[in-house]
Amino acid sequence: MHILTIVQLQRLIEIFQDEGREVIGPTRRDGAIVYESIDSVDDLPAGWTDEQAPGTYRLKRRNDGALFGYVVSPTSWKAFLFPPKLSLWKAKRVDKGFEVQPSVGEEPSYVFLGVRGCELKAIEIQDKVFRQGTYQDEVYRRRREKLFVIAVNCAQAASTCFCSSMNTGPEVRGAYDLLLTEIIDQEQHYFLVKSGSPRGEAILEKLSCEPAKKSGQEAYEAILQKTREQIARAIDQKDLKDRLWQNQEHPHWSEIARRCLSCANCTMSCPTCFCSSVEDTTDLTGDHAQRWRMWDSCFNKAYSYIHGGVIRESGHARYRQWMTHKLAGWQDQFGVSGCVGCGRCITWCPSGIDITAEIKEIVS
Amino acid sequence: MESNGLTEKVMVPERFVVQETWEETKDTFTLRLKPTGEAPFVFQPGQFNMLYVFGQGEVPISISGDPAESGDLIHTIRAVGAVTGQLRKLEQGDALGLRGPFGRPWPVEKVKQRDLLIITGGIGLAPLRPVIYHVLRHREDYERVAVLYGARTPQDILYGRQLSEWRGRFDLQVRVTVDQGTKDWHGSIGVVTGLIPRANFDPAKTAAFVCGPEIMMRFTIQELMKAGVAAKDIYVSMERNMHCAAGFCGHCQYGPKFVCKDGPVFCFEEIQDLFYLKEI
Amino acid sequence: MKTIKDLIQEHPFFHDLSPEQTDLVAGCGSNTHFPAGTVIVKEGEPADYFYIIRQGKVTIEIDGQSRGTLYIQTIEAGEVLGWSWLIPPHHWKFTARATEETVATALDGKCLRKKCEEDPVLGYALLKKFATVLASRLEATRVQLLDVYGK
Repeated sequence: MHILTIVQLQRLIEIFQDEGREVIGPTRRDGAIVYESIDSVDDLPAGWTDEQAPGTYRLKRRNDGALFGYVVSPTSWKAFLFPPKLSLWKAKRVDKGFEVQPSVGEEPSYVFLGVRGCELKAIEIQDKVFRQGTYQDEVYRRRREKLFVIAVNCAQAASTCFCSSMNTGPEVRGAYDLLLTEIIDQEQHYFLVKSGSPRGEAILEKLSCEPAKKSGQEAYEAILQKTREQIARAIDQKDLKDRLWQNQEHPHWSEIARRCLSCANCTMSCPTCFCSSVEDTTDLTGDHAQRWRMWDSCFNKAYSYIHGGVIRESGHARYRQWMTHKLAGWQDQFGVSGCVGCGRCITWCPSGIDITAEIKEIVS
Repeated sequence: MESNGLTEKVMVPERFVVQETWEETKDTFTLRLKPTGEAPFVFQPGQFNMLYVFGQGEVPISISGDPAESGDLIHTIRAVGAVTGQLRKLEQGDALGLRGPFGRPWPVEKVKQRDLLIITGGIGLAPLRPVIYHVLRHREDYERVAVLYGARTPQDILYGRQLSEWRGRFDLQVRVTVDQGTKDWHGSIGVVTGLIPRANFDPAKTAAFVCGPEIMMRFTIQELMKAGVAAKDIYVSMERNMHCAAGFCGHCQYGPKFVCKDGPVFCFEEIQDLFYLKEI
Repeated sequence: MKTIKDLIQEHPFFHDLSPEQTDLVAGCGSNTHFPAGTVIVKEGEPADYFYIIRQGKVTIEIDGQSRGTLYIQTIEAGEVLGWSWLIPPHHWKFTARATEETVATALDGKCLRKKCEEDPVLGYALLKKFATVLASRLEATRVQLLDVYGK
């Protein structure tokens, strides 16, 4: 473990910029802390935290200047690896039909600064979806291979968090390049930093980081323990897959449907949801066509349309699809749960539907 | 590094050219296609392609030709929407886009040395016709074979002439029924499930391939199991909304299964619990 | 030369009756055959007989008035034509026409009804069989109603 000062953090950002990489990090905008392109440490939300509860998100001032003193953003890192709108190819009419030109380009080189334990797990889950099937998503692969991950341990949990029962946090575990833990009190403000890869190791050497003292390891453990104790929600994973598949006709689904607006907020904010639609467009001349891939949601009625009608007509069937897929179907398909316990779906649901409470009703 | 890249390969349609088109019934037509490249199009019975009309969109259509005939690619299509309506307007020489083949095929190898029931209704005969071609080419690999087909009215019978030809064979049972008869119809009238007790097969060593509207499949499976055919010996072809056909977009999910890659053909035993759930 | 009793015993519909029961039923039976195109029973007429079809094909027709004749079902070899003999007011609800040369065994409804009243065990056995026929006709009709190939 080493020490990274705030000055060195700024230097780190500058090194990436010199390499032509885009640094994505948390910043305050429109009353939220979102992940966007940042230029310097000054863009970080120093002294701000987020208070989250079912259907509630508010920023509040902290009584210190912590740079990573919030929990999770409304949307996740997903949009950078799996773009919400992607051109797949362009085509134009020619004499004997048409010609197609795949939209293959140079993919951006990102640095994610501030990835939480649950978020890193979410990226690993999406790796399974997009890279481990018969067909690989090339755009995802290229962006993923270039990606440099600076993870950050959580020093606080939101009331909506349940990473510990999902085995995704609060401690960051997984394939990161660097892992930061913020140490801040009356006297000092710095980061403990661990490297998780040769790339990470190389950068630490470049910055000439000092090794941490033994008290650093104790501080690290203490922060994580404090966060762990704050986690108030949980999902019991025991036999969850089978119990959920066995309860597809539970009356509680209809009860949830009375509250669910099918607004699709949960699927948009969820860091693992991967559904997309393929759309074909044409220009006014009719001579040029383009194929796009766009984010879609199983909450949309048209999602399950086949000639003759919609398979999942009712709200209850669509909510059931989302939750069952997330907690059970994913395991059948990819060998892991689709949920990382980040709590976004609870926070951003306008009706305040809490997946941890609803699942208890269904499988009890 | 060679990749089955989503954006570079599997989502990009190949150009195919229409060789011939003809009407089958009042709302169903067939396209005979040829690729523009050198390589012949190879597929297995039960697989499907995504057909693209320039600027309009794509639809999943099962392949209904003979898998052993590598020259021509046959698609029988029912005109039910915008894209299929446009496909119907294609003429000889027109180009369309094609991605495929996709999907898990009918298990023609697995059911060798057994009695085989092919039970379909309406346009369901189109995805099963490749099986019939295959079985007739390898007739000695199968025991008693019966094709049971139901249509709405005599005018809606698909591949009528071919069904008549097949009926003339001594090594094939072909029975056709309609829901509503006409004055000139001298065949059976009644639901296709009524043909099952009239067919010749040993339930203990029979495999059944069933394809048609989901309701029809439900009643057919009931009747088959009543006759003693086991769930593990019944295969169905499921249909769901499809966008990518490559297992990414999520639209075709049926419970935990992706119809585009885990199906469209499923062993009934595998999906038995899902099959009777509403809106799944 | 087969007797009525043999024919009844062979027919899938009756083949699990006891020999005594088969005798009773055979007592009400007679051989019939209908050339192709002939009307076997007419809608509205008294339903005095029912038929077990041995060979051929019978089409059930219903007068649809302005819609013309509706052809709604065929009854084939091994199957049974007619249940109105059992259920009052004992009138045919449809017309049945032989689509092909049809050979059948006709069973006298009045005769059988009398025997069933006298022998409830026989009555129950026959009623069970006809209940099955009615149930499967009802199911089939429902499926036809759904017009599954329609859309």
